[in-house]
Amino acid sequence: MASLNLLIGVCLGYVAILFLVAFGAERAAMRGRGHWLRSPVVYTLSLSIYCTAWTFYGAVGYAARSGLEYLTIYIGPSLVMVGWLWAVRKIVRIGRTQRITSVADLISSRYGKSNLLAVFVTVLAVIGTTPYIALQLQSVVESFASFALADPDVSPKGESALTALWVAAGLAFFTVLFGTRNLDANERHHGVVMAIALEAVVKLVALVAVGVFVVWGIGGGLSETMARIDASRLGHWQMANGRWAGLIFLSAAALFCLPRMFQVLVVENDDESHLRTAAWAFPAYLMLMSLFVVPIAVTGLELMPEGSNPDLFVLTVPLAAGQEGLAMLSFLGGFSSATSMVIVASIALSTMVSNHVVMPIWLRATGGGAAISGDVRHVVLLARRLSIVGVLLLGYLYYRISGGGEALAAIGLISFSGVAQFLPALLGGIFWRGATRIGAFAGLAMGSALWFWCLFLPSFGPDVIPREVMATGPFGLTWLRPYALFGISGLDPLVHGVFWSMVFNAGAFALVSVFTFPSPMERLQGAQFVNVFAHSDAPQGWQGGAAQAEDLMIMAQRILGAQDAQALFQDEARRQGLPGYLPEPTAEFLQRLERELSGSVGAATAHAMVGQIVGGASVSVEELMAVADETAQIMEYSSQLEAKSEELSRTARQLRAANEKLTQISVQKDAFLSQISHELRTPMTSIRAFSEILRDTEGLSLEDRGRYASIILEEAMRLTRLLDDLLDLSVLENGQVTLNQRRALLSSVLDQAVRAALQEGGIEVRRDALAEAVEVETDVDRLAQVFINLIANARKYCDAARPVLTIAVARRDGTLIVDFSDNGSGVETDMQAMIFEKFSRIGHHQAGGAGLGLAICREVMARLGGSIAYLPGQGGAAFRVTLPESRAMAAQ
Amino acid sequence: MARPARVTFLERRTYRRRRLADLARLMPVIGLVLLLVPLLWQEGPGGMPTSRAIYWIFGVWVGLVAVTAWLASRRLESELDTQGTPRPLPEGEREGRR
Repeated sequence: MASLNLLIGVCLGYVAILFLVAFGAERAAMRGRGHWLRSPVVYTLSLSIYCTAWTFYGAVGYAARSGLEYLTIYIGPSLVMVGWLWAVRKIVRIGRTQRITSVADLISSRYGKSNLLAVFVTVLAVIGTTPYIALQLQSVVESFASFALADPDVSPKGESALTALWVAAGLAFFTVLFGTRNLDANERHHGVVMAIALEAVVKLVALVAVGVFVVWGIGGGLSETMARIDASRLGHWQMANGRWAGLIFLSAAALFCLPRMFQVLVVENDDESHLRTAAWAFPAYLMLMSLFVVPIAVTGLELMPEGSNPDLFVLTVPLAAGQEGLAMLSFLGGFSSATSMVIVASIALSTMVSNHVVMPIWLRATGGGAAISGDVRHVVLLARRLSIVGVLLLGYLYYRISGGGEALAAIGLISFSGVAQFLPALLGGIFWRGATRIGAFAGLAMGSALWFWCLFLPSFGPDVIPREVMATGPFGLTWLRPYALFGISGLDPLVHGVFWSMVFNAGAFALVSVFTFPSPMERLQGAQFVNVFAHSDAPQGWQGGAAQAEDLMIMAQRILGAQDAQALFQDEARRQGLPGYLPEPTAEFLQRLERELSGSVGAATAHAMVGQIVGGASVSVEELMAVADETAQIMEYSSQLEAKSEELSRTARQLRAANEKLTQISVQKDAFLSQISHELRTPMTSIRAFSEILRDTEGLSLEDRGRYASIILEEAMRLTRLLDDLLDLSVLENGQVTLNQRRALLSSVLDQAVRAALQEGGIEVRRDALAEAVEVETDVDRLAQVFINLIANARKYCDAARPVLTIAVARRDGTLIVDFSDNGSGVETDMQAMIFEKFSRIGHHQAGGAGLGLAICREVMARLGGSIAYLPGQGGAAFRVTLPESRAMAAQ
Repeated sequence: MARPARVTFLERRTYRRRRLADLARLMPVIGLVLLLVPLLWQEGPGGMPTSRAIYWIFGVWVGLVAVTAWLASRRLESELDTQGTPRPLPEGEREGRR
């Protein structure tokens, strides 16, 4: 006979192995050799905490009572995982990018990091999970008891409460040890996950082993077993109204909404690609777990005496058949199922409780909160450990008070339907941008209130809700009967409760969302969540730089630990190109910091802590407007810059042209200086030579003397002319000239000029007497000087065989225009800009001028209020002299 | 001639992958419809025998697992992120096609 002591020994040994596995996994992970810990298989196995003791023992009992209905509990999650591309992948991606720590954190983050919402979800999750933990404790106690029953040496009376307490304490110890090793919920619990994966294997092997034994050991083969099933009282399909579809829906919802499932599915997920394996492997696991349930149930019903508990057939059938080893394995399977669920559920709940309830209260209680010195990590860890102990204590107390039994077994589905109330807010939040915080609140409140009234309170029996209330409704309001709302009776109570709570939940959520307006933070977060695949990027967060980097550093050190915080700050500073540890508190950095912190204390708390230091609310509409305004300003500024740069390049072009001209002028000046020194020296040399001859040569004839003297005179006059020109130019340039205004006919001025310039002839002049009959009022002598110069130039430079100078006069747009054009080869294009400069000469003609004529002309015309320019494209050299009209009047 | 043929081929492959991604997303719906078939069964004595019910439900279940495993091995989720934009085949697929 199996002895209870042996069982306890095996059990303790198994627990020791679990501790070793967890410890080894933690060490391997710490040394960086833990990549094999993170295989998709381990991830899939960790998901198996869905299968609790309620599955391991309860499914057989469920099947013994209700046939194949138990399958719904496994079909729902299987379908969700098969459709992983819809929701699971999106939630996992959101969880990873937003550093989500729990289902409460996800909902709170989505709806503008509202902590109130997180508290609501947390409370509901604790209410929904506590009975479930009690159920696990009960299963362990009962499995011990069934062994004790088989052991004649032991009297089990009165021991059950103590066993439960020991189990609860042991689980609390394990969970605190491995579940709160590190603070950051995103740094996965390698030890815990590894232990759970091992337990997943144990429970699958145990259940399949019992199943194989029942089918082939007792039943005598597959077909015989099937025949016995059909012959038993479970032999035909039976299903209460709507339960098949309703329970599939409920269990599908539970996969997302159960805190423990969210923990392993999203928070502990290390690599999104693991989902590819889990998508088919998890349904396969569930399928194997439920495969042998009906054969075991049928065999149990046949073999076991009337009135024995079908929930324990998995254990009692091998015991009754004398298979003690198999029974032991089966016990370990059940033990594994119970412990793994309790461990993960308490980790998930403790994260929620400490992040959303304890930390906000502590922050508020300590006044300044984040700004006070001291290590917050101790507080967070302590809060989490106390929460774990508290959750387990709550489960134990619930077990003691409810007294176990059938009532507790029924709580499983009620627990499911409680957490399923998160579903509209959760799915609505990730698929619908229009979902608002107030809508989520309304939905959750309506749904959970109905769940309380229709499912949770009635589950406690007549002590909580009296029979007459169940029958006639509260205060005689028959339409409020818990099992027949609005007078619709006849439905299965569970389907009824789930239907109404979900209808009102989803309806209130959608309608209130439609008619309320989300805050900017909600809208930003909503866009981030719904479009997570479009931009898996940082969420919008802080604006403005009032935050002090040093204060942030102090706070971050207290939550992340000094080393990690310093590394983070240093990295950010390096990224910003700053030396040292203090980066600029840019919006980008604050977002990053907040995300890091939220991995430890949850999004809402992290947001509040950064907010305390940064000062003021995060993003208001005004700030968004300001940002938009700033953007507009920047755009305007950049367009201004563009215009400026265009202007600059234009100026640069002008400068380049000017520079080119200057260089050319300089070259010309040099050329001229050598020219003018030559010009000056030539007459000086002849003057000197001839005066020496006159002085030193005796007996010069009178004729010779006269000739020499006239040469000297001629040369002196040439010098004087040159010097006069230079003087004239300098006078003109300095504006010292006094104009002698008088009226004269243009034709007479031209007559005078032609006469003076062409004393020796040399060029034919063509004139238009009629057009020239214009009276001008100007300094006539100066104007004549310009004309003389132009005519003389034409005579000197025109290289045509029969040189002709045409003087054309016209009046246009209030100005008098006089064109002098010859039929020579003209001025080369590159010289046209230069000819009016001082000392410039055209070509290499030995025409005697010093190159000052046109420069003087330009100065004179400028003084007279007109201008002179070279007129290109006239078939020869052409100059245009322009006089203002006011000085020119048609001759009467 | 090889180049245009190759391009056509790529497009057809991409098209095929897109449709397989559609199928992958359709799988839960197909599964749900097949698993809701029991709602049509006659209940109680004289109704559907439990053994046949077990064969049907677990048969569908195995089928779902097998098809999902096959589809998951194709790494189709990359098609969903970039729906509407043409993109080349993943490296592995391309290697195999050379």
